[in-house]
Amino acid sequence: MGAQQRVFRQKIRSTQSLRKIFKAMELIAASRIQKAIGRVRAAGPYSSALTRAVSAVATHSDVEHTLTSEPETIRRSAVVVISADSGFAGAYASNVVREAEELVSLLRESGKEPVLYAVGRKAVTYYTFRERALKNSWEGFSETPTPEDARRIGEALLADFGTDADDGGIDEIYLVYTRFVNTVTQRPEYLRLLPLEIVDEEEAESAPQIEAFPLYEFEPDPESVLDALLPRYVDSRIFTALLGAAASYQAAKQTAMKTATDNADDLIKRYTRLANTARQAEITQELTEIVGGADALAASASAD
Amino acid sequence: MAENLLQVEVVAADAEVWSGQARRVVARTSEGEIGILPRHEPVLGVIAGGEVRIITSEGEEIRANADGGFLSVDQDHVAIVADRAQLV
Repeated sequence: MGAQQRVFRQKIRSTQSLRKIFKAMELIAASRIQKAIGRVRAAGPYSSALTRAVSAVATHSDVEHTLTSEPETIRRSAVVVISADSGFAGAYASNVVREAEELVSLLRESGKEPVLYAVGRKAVTYYTFRERALKNSWEGFSETPTPEDARRIGEALLADFGTDADDGGIDEIYLVYTRFVNTVTQRPEYLRLLPLEIVDEEEAESAPQIEAFPLYEFEPDPESVLDALLPRYVDSRIFTALLGAAASYQAAKQTAMKTATDNADDLIKRYTRLANTARQAEITQELTEIVGGADALAASASAD
Repeated sequence: MAENLLQVEVVAADAEVWSGQARRVVARTSEGEIGILPRHEPVLGVIAGGEVRIITSEGEEIRANADGGFLSVDQDHVAIVADRAQLV
């Protein structure tokens, strides 16, 4: 076999083994999407019960809480970027980072100082590589976030939120994450987490507006109920964002791996064609050599 | 007397633990135990942790451990929302 042919065969073999890996990763991602969607769904009752309760307390207008009251001037805004720990998911990480960068420049334009927080190794490395200061970062749970992870993030954020802006605290918090629309579409977007805007657009659209909340009896009193409720509400918003991001990651990974498999198929096809051409050329060359040789022999025989 | 039942749901942060109809719910708030019967007035309370007892419509008693969270009662709809909860 000719050298050229051997090179093509080698390339075909290596592309085939890569293709197998891509295919396997695609299938794994596909099965994990279902699990991730299941987790999103399982967390639904908790967050809707919390939203309902918080709305109920909020409409009970005489209660004031630091988490809901808008500061007079907002100087420092926290931007929490939620990405994944690993890659192989196409533009997933860069899309969410780009969304965050847009938000950062938007905040700068309005005269606020953005403070960055990163969740997931991809976002952490993006910012550390560019030597941008990160106030805090979390990694290691992007694929299967637990309520405890969300609480850790929530506690750190609330602690900074409670600090004065002059002492390195923050006045408002934005979450940047990838919203899971369906397995084909995932949209990076941001939402303002604090100060709380109680009426969630999404909730308002999907749930029929509850006419008027009844007057609640508070046990022991409205302040302590709010103290218990609001941090949980914040944690639950973070948890929902983490779960959505995890589901989006798997979906993005599946799409990316599907594309990789298709590309590998194309490559294999192209190399096969090239290998066939090389083989054909080799045969043609051999034939010409034989015919030429025979001609030369015949010519020398007749000349005798 | 079908209308005189409580619609109860017990949810933890990552899953729904139990939901169904009940005759009575007893939970421990920071002020002490609170018992809820149908047509109770709307309440929002902080759960101090510990056991929640639910007497179902069949008279069966269900116990759940609820660790930190709150309880809301509104028009015979009882929600026990806990950080961690499990049936005992």
